[in-house]
Amino acid sequence: MSSTNRTVVVTGIGATTPLGGDAASTWEGLVAGKSGVRLLEHEWAAEQAVRIAAEIAVEPSEVIPRPQARRLDRSAQFALIAAKEAWADAGFTDKAGEDPAVDPDRLGAVIASGIGGVTTLLDQYDVLKEKGVRRVSPHTVPMLMPNGPSANVGLAVGARAGVHTPVSACASGAEAIGYAIEMIRTGRADVVVAGGTEAAIHPLPIAAFGNMMAMSKNNDDPQGASRPYDVDRDGFVLGEGAGVLVLESAEHAAKRGARVYAEAVGQGISADGHDIVQPEPEGRGISHALQNLLDNTDLDPAEIVHVNAHATSTPAGDVAELKALRKVFGDDADHMAVSATKSMTGHLLGGAGGVESVATVLALYNRIAPPTINVRELDPEAEASADIVRGEARKLPVEGRIAALNDSFGFGGHNVVLAFRTI
Amino acid sequence: MAATQEEIVAGLAEIVNEIAGIPTEDVQLDKSFTDDLDVDSLSMVEVVVAAEERFDVKIPDDDVKNLKTVGDAAEYILKHQA
Repeated sequence: MSSTNRTVVVTGIGATTPLGGDAASTWEGLVAGKSGVRLLEHEWAAEQAVRIAAEIAVEPSEVIPRPQARRLDRSAQFALIAAKEAWADAGFTDKAGEDPAVDPDRLGAVIASGIGGVTTLLDQYDVLKEKGVRRVSPHTVPMLMPNGPSANVGLAVGARAGVHTPVSACASGAEAIGYAIEMIRTGRADVVVAGGTEAAIHPLPIAAFGNMMAMSKNNDDPQGASRPYDVDRDGFVLGEGAGVLVLESAEHAAKRGARVYAEAVGQGISADGHDIVQPEPEGRGISHALQNLLDNTDLDPAEIVHVNAHATSTPAGDVAELKALRKVFGDDADHMAVSATKSMTGHLLGGAGGVESVATVLALYNRIAPPTINVRELDPEAEASADIVRGEARKLPVEGRIAALNDSFGFGGHNVVLAFRTI
Repeated sequence: MAATQEEIVAGLAEIVNEIAGIPTEDVQLDKSFTDDLDVDSLSMVEVVVAAEERFDVKIPDDDVKNLKTVGDAAEYILKHQA
């Protein structure tokens, strides 16, 4: 494995999201402009300032047998569902080794979440307080550890080349995919299952994000609350779920005759160095990440026709990203159809980079850009910088090689840009 | 009122079914928790805690390692229940 600059492709996709229990139904919902946001019906929601969220469309209990589910945090359940779908979608019939098409020593897993097993931690603390020490589940530690989803996915597919969990808040899922691309590019692995997951719809995170003034309090209009680029946007709506890709060296995929969705061209990473939670208003850190992407890959800005933006529906962040796109790409930004799919899925935090990479790959594969919904009055600053796909899905060029970006940024000033293109 | 051995085995069967998903009829006196019933070391802790609660008995950690089979557990509970 002397090669250190191998081409990486996407051969499998999987997702479980507020729009559907798999990648196909999620994509269908995205193209149709469907909102996954609902009023929370939990008893605890009544006292919250924020009473809306984008809950999963298909409960994992409908998919995972109970004895297995009770030892997996909800975030690991989502990851496992999406990873199994992606694994089968890539054409693998069994775990590595048992399926001779993949060598376990050449298979990796990189699944990230922003917060980790937060519901397990908090629920078990309730058990401790209410029922005592003896009743705390012996599964608590492997359930709450942030690498739990990655470890469980690694075990399910039989990965032995390395199992990793980069953590960078809402950039985590994208960073996981970027890490996986590097594992393959540099020859550490031939196949990597990679993505992001999050399950944080619980009273404590909702109270905490709410008190940061980061979330929309538009409880009267749940489906209209997540509205990136709209003048009246007032914060993000929390979502949950997972999105996973099977990444593979082009050579390995060709050898086994796998279907290839797209090339995973590479990544650009930077840090704002500005504030622990506030985005740098001019998007300098994002520009830096975009420039790194161009410097480190053979990506041609003329080919970029679509951007799945980070755009969470917060007043400051949405516009900073668009300014960065304009600054780095200049006139080339004119032909980039920018979509904010969080308008439909809500913000899946560490799961966002996974689900939005699935959406970006499918946008290229189907040559359709999903819409940004709920833009009633476009922010003039957004309009001046970018071409926002509003209201309805838009067709992308039907011929020629096209490329797309997936942006993810996280509290802490983490910026990750991933690039994909048609083959 | 103390449970009979039959009631204890039936109770353990329900517990093992809940925790490991094994059909209750497969939970027999001679069955090993780890080898036959898919109960690993962490799940065994859950089985023990559930049994303690159900049969009002204390099973110290040092004694758990001696409970290899359903029969071992039933006998222990029969002897130690309050």
